Amino acid sequence: MEAIVQQFFNVAIMAQALPLVVAGLRQTIVICLIVIPLGLAGGLAVALISLSRLRAVRWAAIAAIDFFRSIPPLVLLIFIYAGLPFAGIRPSPLAAVAIAFLLNTSSYYGEIYRAGIESVGLGQWDAARSTGLRAAQTLAYVVLPQAVRNVLPDLVSNTVEVVKLTSIASVVALPELLYSADMARSVTFNSSPIVLAAAIYLAMLWPVVRLISRLERRIAT
Amino acid sequence: MTAWSSFVDTFFNWHVIERYSPAIAKGVVVTIEVAAAVVITGIVLGLALAVVRAFRVLVVNALIVVFVDMFRALPPLVLMLLVYFGLPNIGINLPSFAVLWLVLALVLTAFAEEIFWAGILSIPKGQWEAARSTGLSFVGTLAYIVLPQAIRLTVPPLTNRTIAITKNTSLGTVIGVGEILNQATTAQSFSGNATPLMMGAIAYVVLFIPVVVLGRVLESRFAWRRV
Repeated sequence: MEAIVQQFFNVAIMAQALPLVVAGLRQTIVICLIVIPLGLAGGLAVALISLSRLRAVRWAAIAAIDFFRSIPPLVLLIFIYAGLPFAGIRPSPLAAVAIAFLLNTSSYYGEIYRAGIESVGLGQWDAARSTGLRAAQTLAYVVLPQAVRNVLPDLVSNTVEVVKLTSIASVVALPELLYSADMARSVTFNSSPIVLAAAIYLAMLWPVVRLISRLERRIAT
Repeated sequence: MTAWSSFVDTFFNWHVIERYSPAIAKGVVVTIEVAAAVVITGIVLGLALAVVRAFRVLVVNALIVVFVDMFRALPPLVLMLLVYFGLPNIGINLPSFAVLWLVLALVLTAFAEEIFWAGILSIPKGQWEAARSTGLSFVGTLAYIVLPQAIRLTVPPLTNRTIAITKNTSLGTVIGVGEILNQATTAQSFSGNATPLMMGAIAYVVLFIPVVVLGRVLESRFAWRRV
């Protein structure tokens, strides 16, 4: 029992690692502020393309979505970070993370938006257009607000997944939360810094996970 | 050398492909083994927990909710590093394959429990009451009336979640499990060529495109049953 406390809940070591871990947390927040808006915007673009009236465009979009959904994000990230330099393109770790996340999360967000837009009845389009709204206005003021409301739990839950996914940036040596904690672990030979990082992830995401459970239940009933 | 031939030479180099195909194939086998182990244990345990939760014992349910929430909120890579580097220091030595399996199976258990539980909750109360009034016991009602309908509802979300978690087998490379990504990065550093990374990416696409498409089909097939 004492060994477990020593190894995982060592307060002295946690205190020592705290400044490093907090710096990592800051980096994680920066990554989130870049990749979440990028993914939300990219996803909306993907959804609109995949709802195109042209069959060829629609199919191309769906093929691209499925392609990026079948490649693990870590594989994509390593391909961009370690593979592209062979082609003469040398992305920084942050740029590699941003590109990999844009490709991966746009596909997931795109599918969610698409389900949302499809859940809004066609009558809404017709009614809005007949009042004189243009297509873009109809989309922005009438369809999207309802679409987003209908798929809000999925959007939030995907965003939680994106925040969790930022931890893979540690693999390309981007000093985010997990990377910093793991540095502290390898210096101290003690897992408490990782427990500290886990506690920070929990503090950030647990409330959101609870919220998702409640949102899902409200829609189910 | 033209730009095209240097591109082919870097990303689709035939010599490299020939040389490292066996390694990538070995990685594919390991990935399939871990994935199968994770999917089976995760879904079985998730269903078991959802059934236990249906008995509505307050303390037990509180524990299940805490477990599920924690494994939904923590990044799998954090859990993996915690188990892989932490346990040996308290005298428990697990091979990296087992660590990857254990962590991903628990993550899938948590998500699967939540999905099965949502399915059980979505069955109207009248179904329970009607079944009980015919003389079926609580367990009988759960097993013969509620679960068959609930599981039907859970197929699309469970498929998508299972695919997402199965793809996380690539995280195993961080702790040295010899799966596809691990083989690909090793081959890349030995050959000094990006072709193995391309081979790894293609292997994943070949492996996962069928399940992703299957998930899409299931989603539209079962859509009309959505409550």
